[in-house]
Amino acid sequence: MTEDLILETRGLTKEFKGFIAVNDVGMRIRRGTIHALIGPNGAGKTTTFNLLTKFHAPTRGTILFNGQDITTEKPAQIARRGIVRSFQISAVFPHLTVLENVRIALQRKLGLSFQFWRSERVLDQLNGRAMELLDAVDLGRFADLATVKLPYGRKRALEIATTLALDPEMMLLDEPMAGMGHEDVGRVTALIRKVAANRTILMVEHHLSVVEELGDTITVLARGAVLAEGTYAEVSSNPLVREAYIGVSDG
Amino acid sequence: MNVRVNGTLLGIALLLVVGLIAPLLVYPTFMMKVWCFALFACAFNLLLGYTGLLSFGHAAFLSVGGYLAGHACKAWGFTPELGILLGTCAGGAVGYVFGWLAIRRSGIYFAMITLALSQMIYFVWLQAPFTGGEDGLQGVPRGRAFGLIDLDNIYAMYYFVFAVFMAGFLLIYRTIHSPFGQVLKSIRENEPRAISLGYDVDRFKVLAFTLSAALSGTAGATKTLVFQLASLSDAHWHMSGEVVLMTLLGGLGTVFGPVVGALLVITLQNQLPQGVGAWVPVIMGSIFVVCVTAFRRGIVGELQALFRR
Repeated sequence: MTEDLILETRGLTKEFKGFIAVNDVGMRIRRGTIHALIGPNGAGKTTTFNLLTKFHAPTRGTILFNGQDITTEKPAQIARRGIVRSFQISAVFPHLTVLENVRIALQRKLGLSFQFWRSERVLDQLNGRAMELLDAVDLGRFADLATVKLPYGRKRALEIATTLALDPEMMLLDEPMAGMGHEDVGRVTALIRKVAANRTILMVEHHLSVVEELGDTITVLARGAVLAEGTYAEVSSNPLVREAYIGVSDG
Repeated sequence: MNVRVNGTLLGIALLLVVGLIAPLLVYPTFMMKVWCFALFACAFNLLLGYTGLLSFGHAAFLSVGGYLAGHACKAWGFTPELGILLGTCAGGAVGYVFGWLAIRRSGIYFAMITLALSQMIYFVWLQAPFTGGEDGLQGVPRGRAFGLIDLDNIYAMYYFVFAVFMAGFLLIYRTIHSPFGQVLKSIRENEPRAISLGYDVDRFKVLAFTLSAALSGTAGATKTLVFQLASLSDAHWHMSGEVVLMTLLGGLGTVFGPVVGALLVITLQNQLPQGVGAWVPVIMGSIFVVCVTAFRRGIVGELQALFRR
């Protein structure tokens, strides 16, 4: 195969004290696509995410990023390589301002994060870029607000802006629509499409309409193993997938 | 934003004025004790209030600074400022080791590791030949600061101590408001997210722990010079609890809270004993319970919340 793979897993397995949460998962994610990971509750989607970003260590298997083996690296190293994840529950810094949330992501590249003797005013040089990112997700007018006061949907948008601040080669979104109202779903879907323009996205998502709209490739997990992979049309007509989702009797 | 900055400037100015005129109004030795504990509590607050790490072993660093500075000034003829420098470095060095070990766990386990390690330090002081065991390290000379200023003059000593406090306080203030401080706050707020942004949070925690321990060492060394004594009570776990009380009472994660908390606790300890004696711990305990149930943000925290409304 000559397709351009950004991330590949081989035989990825995670056992928790005898319980196999992820079993021999092989995924191939092509560069520049939106790849969705779906499956019923307990299928191992979030565990797979945690394995890919090293928040869990795999029991067996290999993870390749741009052809390099990253299986043994630490979470912060993975992030510095350009794989940045979001979390199922919104991951913001609630008592920092909205602007500071984005700036903390921009700050790392300046290489002065250990300098406890310098004034934080040196960070003001990042404000312009931070505002651009906030404007991109329609949060510009909230810049000086304490993040804890934002409504939920806005927090998710802020989270995406913070992730984008790192200019990641690949974004991993763990249920970006979880807990959102109908309006927000539409807004965030559009936002994800916009930011996917020149990067790769792997997302876990329950809203099948969102998956249908965004996903170039869909991997279906069930009981920790890959059940099917393909376009939305392919997997949705797969009888095994229908069975896993709806149950045998409804075949 | 401007209101907050102005409030802070006002607070620092107030602190300076109070610090400069206090010895004219209050017994200087009492105020020196207050500044030593205020620095200790501020150092502790850097860790608990701004990084979210609860150490229950900070007495260890206070005592490391105290005993080493005391011994250096008494036996090796160190000048007071060198003694304090040594106490600071020693506190930081011990803090680095403690921090490196303790950050492997979080929450209650983190606190318990720091407690266990600080108990080890307590027994070192109890057994070591130079510490005077139960009697403490007595007769530490105050000496001449920079070889010039005679610190046996109580006012000279007072302003020396106040200068040390202000230096430590301003360093902590700067640390909180530095690029490093921003990362610390992000770790406090959401550690997994800080990791996912590419920060090696363990290294930040160790540096925060080391800084906090070093400044606790500064406080301990200064306190030893004030009382010309380093004693086991500085190393006892009561002391680790007391600094938690001071910080929470004054306002966790506020710049001035620990100073107010220290002032209040030391005042109570010094003023209550006539008559109440053994009831002091009970009174302190009651205050603590009232504080954490009725006004959780502490005195300064509640005042800030009031003004922001």
